[in-house]
Amino acid sequence: METLVSLIFTTDFISSVIRVTTPILLATMAVLVSSRAGVLNISIEGTMLFSALMGVVGSSYTGSAWLGLLIAVISGVAFSYLLAFFHLRLKTDVILTGIALNLFSSGFTVFLLFMLTGDKGVSTKLASKVLPNINIPFIEDIPVLGKIISGQNFLTYAAVISVIALHIFLRKTRTGTYIRAVGESPEAVATAGKSVNNIRQTALLISGGLAGLGGAFMSMAYLSMFTKDMIAGRGFIALAAEAMGMSNPFLSFLASLLFGFADALSNNLQLINIPSELTRVVPYLLTIIALAIYAARAKAKSKS
Amino acid sequence: MLLGPLSSMRNFGTVIEMMIPITFTGLAVSIMFQAAQFNLASEGSFFMGAVAAAAVATKLSLPPVLSIMVCLLVGAVAGAFVCAIPAILKARFNASEMVSSLMLNYVVLFLGLFILNFFLRDPSFGMLASFPLPDGSKLIHFIPKTRIHAGLFIAVVLVIVTYLFLYKTKSGYSIRTLGQNAKFAHYSGIGVGGAIVSSQMIGGAVAGLGGSVELLGMYDRFQWTSLPGYGWDGVIIAILARNKPQYVPLAAFFLAYLRIGSGIMARVTDVPSELIIIIQSIMIMLITAQALLGKLKHKLVVKETIANGNPS
Repeated sequence: METLVSLIFTTDFISSVIRVTTPILLATMAVLVSSRAGVLNISIEGTMLFSALMGVVGSSYTGSAWLGLLIAVISGVAFSYLLAFFHLRLKTDVILTGIALNLFSSGFTVFLLFMLTGDKGVSTKLASKVLPNINIPFIEDIPVLGKIISGQNFLTYAAVISVIALHIFLRKTRTGTYIRAVGESPEAVATAGKSVNNIRQTALLISGGLAGLGGAFMSMAYLSMFTKDMIAGRGFIALAAEAMGMSNPFLSFLASLLFGFADALSNNLQLINIPSELTRVVPYLLTIIALAIYAARAKAKSKS
Repeated sequence: MLLGPLSSMRNFGTVIEMMIPITFTGLAVSIMFQAAQFNLASEGSFFMGAVAAAAVATKLSLPPVLSIMVCLLVGAVAGAFVCAIPAILKARFNASEMVSSLMLNYVVLFLGLFILNFFLRDPSFGMLASFPLPDGSKLIHFIPKTRIHAGLFIAVVLVIVTYLFLYKTKSGYSIRTLGQNAKFAHYSGIGVGGAIVSSQMIGGAVAGLGGSVELLGMYDRFQWTSLPGYGWDGVIIAILARNKPQYVPLAAFFLAYLRIGSGIMARVTDVPSELIIIIQSIMIMLITAQALLGKLKHKLVVKETIANGNPS
């Protein structure tokens, strides 16, 4: 137990919490935009996986990490367009389509990887680039805090900025207001003469872009390559984080930090002789418990 | 790809072998989807069913036939237990069964690996695998040159039983009513919580049974180190069969045929077999789109009839 405590209260650990929270946070924000518009996007998992591969492929062919990132984001948007097209235009069930898209992504990424490299598991044959870590001047000189806040990956800062940006976007801009209105009362929006489908489609495309950033982080920062099914349920964890954050960007941020903490803890517990099978259970188990507690509280609230 | 599976008895046999496990998960998902419970833990149930069967087969030395029966029973119970967790969270706290079941699949995977690594592992075997299953606990292969096993009969019986259960019993009716209209089910006095839990536990039991049948029929040792994906296949089959148990074997056959066909294609040409996953998912999306169009058409017809003042 003592070793556990000494493990958690180190700058390295806290810094790693922030690092592993990044993809979950970006995914959570992606879920948030879509669910605010009244569409539950469960294909975030597949979108991230697809973007992760496209980021690697893009950066290796263009030779630039930034172009790779751009390609990852565009792929995320394009992937979400598939969901938007099938759900909004062809009126398919959003959950079944989401499941289908996740399956599609997990097959298609391996297919594409095999076509490009002849390998079905990892992309080591592609010379992909990595997004840089950024040292913030002044802050990096502060003892302790500097080590935690400064020197994180570019996308980590982008993720934190996305929380604030999303808050402002939903509150202050016209499109943001429409998105919230569509989520709360689609009939009212339709009566006001706005196309519900178009607004939802916009929300889904933004959601895809954010998921694209999350995917790019996985393959271009967290690891420096693409591996098969590398998202490992982070897109699903984001669904739970968004629900716990009650669709509020800042509360969802806190919720995703909690899952990031569990993720980092499970990585670090392996150092102190606990079987890795058990430590890897931690984030998923915690998600279930947190979800149950959250739902129980929401239920009690609605009764009183 | 289209005719490959028919080219030899052996190839056709593999189609039937592949069809058996996905028939089980297809039935499991159909039952849960009929109740409108999007529980996706049939994947975990299937895995846990196999782990439980492996534990019983290797740890207890039971006489041959009894051993098989106990293995299957324990597998079904383990599967029911897995799917019961999201169900109870849903019924008691109204927690989304979809998210919790997705998470549960990972929990079950690592728990299963833990059990395999620390309790069932055969240290003398080169890879991570359990002790060999005793011959007395294996399902017999009854067609020469193939590995088609007695699980086929269990699957056939289960299709019939599931059909009778859903359409001819009281609890089956409760489950279907819950799926069609939860409010109506509540006001007509059906125990909604009970139906939520029972539909998912029965689904889990079927998937768990499938896992143990697959293990006893096809393997010498338990050696899965990742989720086999049959639970997801179950979702595809349930969608193809429109959640009707009587169509599940047909959908399972279709899917297995495509699978084996693409595997043969991958061996003969250099097109990777993942192509089939892409085709499958596009198929699902088109089918769900059509299913909804059908529903719209139905609504239109009803409206017209009422408008014409001719409700019969």
